[in-house]
Amino acid sequence: MLFYMKKVRGLGLKKNFSGRLYIVEGCDGSGKSTQVYLLKKWLESQGYFVFFTEWNSSDLLKTYTKKAKRKNLLTPTTFSLIHACDFADRYEKLIQPHLRAGHIVLCDRYVYTAYARDIARGCDPEWLHNLYNFAVRPTTAFYFKAPLDISLGRILTGRSVIKYHEAGMDLGLSKDPVESFKLFQGIIKEQYDNMAEEEGFIIMDATKSIEQQQTEMRAIIEKTLVGYRSPIDLSRRPQLVCGGD
Amino acid sequence: MTDANLLFYGIGLPYLKLSKKSVRGKLIVIEGADCSGRSTQVTMLKEWLEASGHAVLDTGLRRSGLVGEAIDEAKKGHTLGKNTLSLLYATDLADQLENNIIPALKAGYIVLADRYIFTLMVRDLVRGADREWLKKLFGYALIPDHIFYMSVDTDVLLHRALLKYGHLDYWESGMDVCLSSDMFDSFTKYQSQIKDKFDELAQEYGFDVVDGSKSAEEIHLYMRDSIALLLKSTEKSPLNMAVPKLASATIRTRKTK
Repeated sequence: MLFYMKKVRGLGLKKNFSGRLYIVEGCDGSGKSTQVYLLKKWLESQGYFVFFTEWNSSDLLKTYTKKAKRKNLLTPTTFSLIHACDFADRYEKLIQPHLRAGHIVLCDRYVYTAYARDIARGCDPEWLHNLYNFAVRPTTAFYFKAPLDISLGRILTGRSVIKYHEAGMDLGLSKDPVESFKLFQGIIKEQYDNMAEEEGFIIMDATKSIEQQQTEMRAIIEKTLVGYRSPIDLSRRPQLVCGGD
Repeated sequence: MTDANLLFYGIGLPYLKLSKKSVRGKLIVIEGADCSGRSTQVTMLKEWLEASGHAVLDTGLRRSGLVGEAIDEAKKGHTLGKNTLSLLYATDLADQLENNIIPALKAGYIVLADRYIFTLMVRDLVRGADREWLKKLFGYALIPDHIFYMSVDTDVLLHRALLKYGHLDYWESGMDVCLSSDMFDSFTKYQSQIKDKFDELAQEYGFDVVDGSKSAEEIHLYMRDSIALLLKSTEKSPLNMAVPKLASATIRTRKTK
């Protein structure tokens, strides 16, 4: 029953949605954003309406999260909660309504990012699972697994500054941002590797060529689209594609 | 009821490695609906405690610098999902807990919290939240040393709200719950549901239920006695709790020095 949304937990809700939810996870520099972008292009070319959303982008929370990070006001718990607010806002306003309406939703990072980062910061795993259990399980979760030196290399070349929290400086792993970033990414990778089986990730070999990875992803997604019908016919109303402007 | 040796309701804040010993102060919570008289009591208690020589920190909801503004902004637009609003309040409280309440308690302060996790739980429960989810979410909260709950009947709250604001508030009437499109009707229904949920929590969390229809002075004296007892039972207070004139006496000795 891989094709269907698994049950929604939390707040006493148990529901199946007619839409499809595909998410990508992985360390910074694993290439997941490139892949999810190509996926969107492909799905749209197939005539589907696709809704895309990324981590930490709620209009409501963005400014406050930024301010808090800049002032270095966050503890592991408030760091976790403020990101949960951001996710909840996007989930309730964007992700869930689109899924209920029967659309395809793509997420660049999902609850697993929070699991990996917040556990690394010292939050309790069970508390975190409870925190996010209002979120539906994805139809397919892709985990882009790359050896640490490869993802680090991609990020560290062409980047002069690594932000404080991005480097996990608040964990006190090292005084040097680059060193801290390396150690932090190592812990995050370990977290992803640990949850991969339990969460049913599709593990992508992020060292393969971009085209190869994309082909594999498309084949997997095609299977989950058997029997799926877009609730709207985009070919008849092309103006919807660029709606909003 | 909770075990006297426990610091937190749930998982707590594991990375803080807080011990019961290091929390020298006392956390006293005053819960109750809007217009139940909480703030009046907090003001009176603070006055009395300080006069008796205790350092006091008073806290309330939505006062954190982190997301307080976000809550205000979002409520104005009424565009919030239920989980998002719950989590925003949970963030606000966690921030105050870690950055104000716990440091104050460690320094030996008496913290008077004008509302705590219970108000948040009650609001969410009325909005259909899962009780177990809430319990785990608020597992980071420190167990208070004493919880007063100001119990006031809905019709009394109604009159107080009208006297205080001149109108009924959208959120305090629970208009987002859609109990009725009529605000007056909605207020009555919503507040009585809130009261029911508070009553349920009162049992589970061992609230000291105070009859909020009594006069402010009467309630204050009752709270004083309970707090004096609490302070006496755990440590020998260096100062005489019964003497409210101590403040002026302190000033006099300072002058003579």
